[in-house]
Amino acid sequence: MYKIAKENLASLFALINETKELYLPVEVAGQTNFAAYTAEANVDLDTLKTVKSPKDVFFPQSENLYTCNKEDNKLKITPEKLVDAPFVVFGMKACDIKGIEVLDRVFLSDPVDSFYAARRANGIIVGLACHEPEESCFCKVFGVDCTEPAADVATWMIEGELYWKALTEKGEALTESVKALLTETCESKVEAEKSAVKAIVEKLPYSNLSLEGWNGNVLTEKFNDALWNELYKPCLACGTCTFVCPTCQCYDIKDYNTGNGVQRYRCWDSCMYSDFTMMAHGNNRNSQMQRFRQRFMHKLVYFPANNDGMYSCVGCGRCVDKCPASLNIVKVIKAFSEKGDK
Amino acid sequence: MQELITRAKELLANGTVARVLGWKIGDMPYNPEPAFFETVESLDKFVYNGFCGANLSKYMIEASKLEGKTLVCLKPCDSYSFNQLLTEHRVDRDKAYIIGVGCKGKLDIERIKKTGIKGVIAIGGAEMTDACDTLAIDTIYGEKSCSYNDGMLERCHVCKGKEHKIYDELIGESRDTCDKERFAEVERIEAMSPAEKFEFFKAELSKCIRCNACRNVCPACSCRKCVFDSTKFDSAQKANVDSFEEKMFHIIRAFHVAGRCTDCGECSRVCPQGIPLHLFNRKFIKDINEIYGEYVAGAEAGSRAPLVSFTTEDAEPSIVNERGSK
Repeated sequence: MYKIAKENLASLFALINETKELYLPVEVAGQTNFAAYTAEANVDLDTLKTVKSPKDVFFPQSENLYTCNKEDNKLKITPEKLVDAPFVVFGMKACDIKGIEVLDRVFLSDPVDSFYAARRANGIIVGLACHEPEESCFCKVFGVDCTEPAADVATWMIEGELYWKALTEKGEALTESVKALLTETCESKVEAEKSAVKAIVEKLPYSNLSLEGWNGNVLTEKFNDALWNELYKPCLACGTCTFVCPTCQCYDIKDYNTGNGVQRYRCWDSCMYSDFTMMAHGNNRNSQMQRFRQRFMHKLVYFPANNDGMYSCVGCGRCVDKCPASLNIVKVIKAFSEKGDK
Repeated sequence: MQELITRAKELLANGTVARVLGWKIGDMPYNPEPAFFETVESLDKFVYNGFCGANLSKYMIEASKLEGKTLVCLKPCDSYSFNQLLTEHRVDRDKAYIIGVGCKGKLDIERIKKTGIKGVIAIGGAEMTDACDTLAIDTIYGEKSCSYNDGMLERCHVCKGKEHKIYDELIGESRDTCDKERFAEVERIEAMSPAEKFEFFKAELSKCIRCNACRNVCPACSCRKCVFDSTKFDSAQKANVDSFEEKMFHIIRAFHVAGRCTDCGECSRVCPQGIPLHLFNRKFIKDINEIYGEYVAGAEAGSRAPLVSFTTEDAEPSIVNERGSK
């Protein structure tokens, strides 16, 4: 285990950035999101949750796939170059890292998504343990330990010092490259921090949320439940929950007319939107109730059914914090429990 | 709040209304949600306190299509939105039984948290019977407090007044919360150089994630199908590409609601990235006031907005152009 004083982090970031792209939480106009490091960036490691999850480091909100151009009456197709240089994501929380595990299930299973796979192969994740979890957090429910980010390097911020521990080969290599700035230390402070934060997690109001009754085998029963007709009503049909979510993975592929060619791009889609999964025959979900139901059924029933019981929610609580109508997955789970639907 | 619940139960029980549109108690002290109540018993979960910021007017578009009347609780500022929707024939007055509810300023949990408060378990001082001066906040990290005004939404600091512009009956007291100059922020931006303005809006709008919450919550955005949702042309409503949304989406939307926006502030309340979207609309309101004379959208149902009514005294286009070049 190593450590580095908080005031030396700027040098650490600059050193990493000398050889690799570095993404970390940056404050812009009052809000903190993951962004590329620059010397001028206002790095913010204090905000617990970035507004958007860092998933777009691996799965960008919008990205080009290829470009078609007309050249001498011939069509020239230029595929977008895959990421081929190592980069570092610094400060990912345990829940967001679990989110990447969920995305891996989708994008790294056959047929492998080459854009995502290239980023995953080149990405080095430095996780940052949570220090002061908030009331909207419920990662414990999904088996996430916020004091132990399962990254390439795990870090803890304790009393103005960042403790650093490599957990994988990639992490060892990164540690080696910045060793000049780190000092060796023992783990006692980290152990004390971990038990203190775990004690806080126990006190969080959502930590004991029960997922009883939600699994891959309840499709028909849950799908047909009349409760959905009530639950969806305040929903504004905006995409906030899906776009701040670390596990929402749906995307749309579209063509952009550049004048003399076409740019084929993909962008995040939202099951809340009216053109979601629109097909030639029209749309298979034409009411907001159906779209609303889709989101929760996907996270709590369809995904576990296809992924060995793994839920596609990690309990980060962003939807709890951000839904304009104060709806969220916790309220949905509770509404079913209250109804006695266990 | 008790008076409100009693009255709602009465109106529901005697058949005057078929349902009640209000707010349902949340599972956190600060997250009540808009809700339709259809039975007297379900009203036990009705809540009305400082965290009921959501403007229910827009839900009346759907409620107007249902059988029977809907009792809707409108705060003073919400009543402007309802009037505007009436003017645009988007809601049915005969389908609404409006209880104008008192307002002591609405709270924003994000603002409370910006003061450094985290791990909120309970909040005292946000009930309508409270004096609304200080919030006592119990957190996982100890007891904290926050002044009510520091936790209030921006729009409450520039409140248009606590008078309901349309109602069937009134319940509850209000408190004057206006303590800031409404157009001060717009003037601050007007005074910037073009380069500074561009930087300001670039920083703010670069945060946009195209969730469309601002549009979907907006009572003035009541088109049955938004042009940005059309699949017939390349409107790229979901793609988060800097060059598009930074320059276009929010500006087009502001133009589209110009003269119809009541400045209800919902766009800024719901923005997950804290973009002060109301500033665009408020700039238009200020300009309309200065060019065509004072006009308050939604103050009166059926009023002709300056942008859709021609008079011979109207400013010449050259005047508008001149101002635009500043």
